[in-house]
Amino acid sequence: MKVDVSKPILDRNERLAAENRELFAEHDVFVLDVLASPGAGKTSTILATIAALRDRYSIAVIEGDIASSVDAEKIKAHGVPAVQINTGGACHLESDMIRRAVDTLDLGAIDLLIIENVGNLVCPTDFDLGEHAKVMILSVPEGHDKPYKYPNIFARAEAVILNKYDTLPVFDFDEEEFRSVVTSLNAAAPVFPISATKGNGVEAWAAWLTGRIEAMREGAA
Amino acid sequence: MHEMGIVKGILDAAEETARRSSATRINEVHVRIGDLTEIVDEALHFAFEALSPGTLAEGATLVVERVAPRSKCAACDATFSHGRFDAVCPECGGFVCELLEGRELAIDCIDIDLPGDETPEEPA
Repeated sequence: MKVDVSKPILDRNERLAAENRELFAEHDVFVLDVLASPGAGKTSTILATIAALRDRYSIAVIEGDIASSVDAEKIKAHGVPAVQINTGGACHLESDMIRRAVDTLDLGAIDLLIIENVGNLVCPTDFDLGEHAKVMILSVPEGHDKPYKYPNIFARAEAVILNKYDTLPVFDFDEEEFRSVVTSLNAAAPVFPISATKGNGVEAWAAWLTGRIEAMREGAA
Repeated sequence: MHEMGIVKGILDAAEETARRSSATRINEVHVRIGDLTEIVDEALHFAFEALSPGTLAEGATLVVERVAPRSKCAACDATFSHGRFDAVCPECGGFVCELLEGRELAIDCIDIDLPGDETPEEPA
């Protein structure tokens, strides 16, 4: 006998993501999910973003890693609340992990919550966490051909950060080709070249993020 | 990618529905997977074989229906099918599009045996 099920497979994750989204809306918190491969500079970019926006917004960070708390310690050393999630081998973050981490934060005192996802260009793209925007970081040494190999993540990101831009002269990175492939995958996504550890280019990225946060707030008001 | 977790979700939902119908076993599980997800069929079947023993779906067939991407052009409203990463409107060349189908990750239906159902498993 055939019985209808008609349910999303990630039903549980999607329901919890919707709950997270409601919780964030209740407290007017903008949530950014940062995706990249290991070593692209996620933590450095988050630190540069904090430096650019901390006078304007109160910021907290959720760090997702398979093991260790080195990233959360780095963020905390800058006086910003950080929660470390250890996935223990899982290659991406899911909504219930975010919820448990959020429960340890004072959401009422936070304007911008940045989630550093596990370093991976594949799995995190399919998991809604309740965030407002997913952005991805590619670093110059990884090569301009990455969008050909991992198209989905470029197609889903709202913005693409090109990090370690200061190393462009020593790598065989074709910026024009990179931009044209990104545009073909995702016409609406802006590309922000930055050097996170030096602070170069961060203003344009921070201005874009501010625009997104303010748009959310106006929508909520 | 994470086919194990996906199959866990499939089995949970299939068993929940089967139990509600007092099923004695699940013969088939039908799922719809959009081509824009990062799901690999082979890994899905492998995970299903690994995780289904001990559940009502032990020995069941996993039937995967693939859904090709379809989008609607924001400029001219035309709807069209396209590949995974080349959503360009064939009417006007616009590439700002709203995705209509292609990201499905859904369980459609299951085929179950009820108590007293002595019929052997039907060929798919």
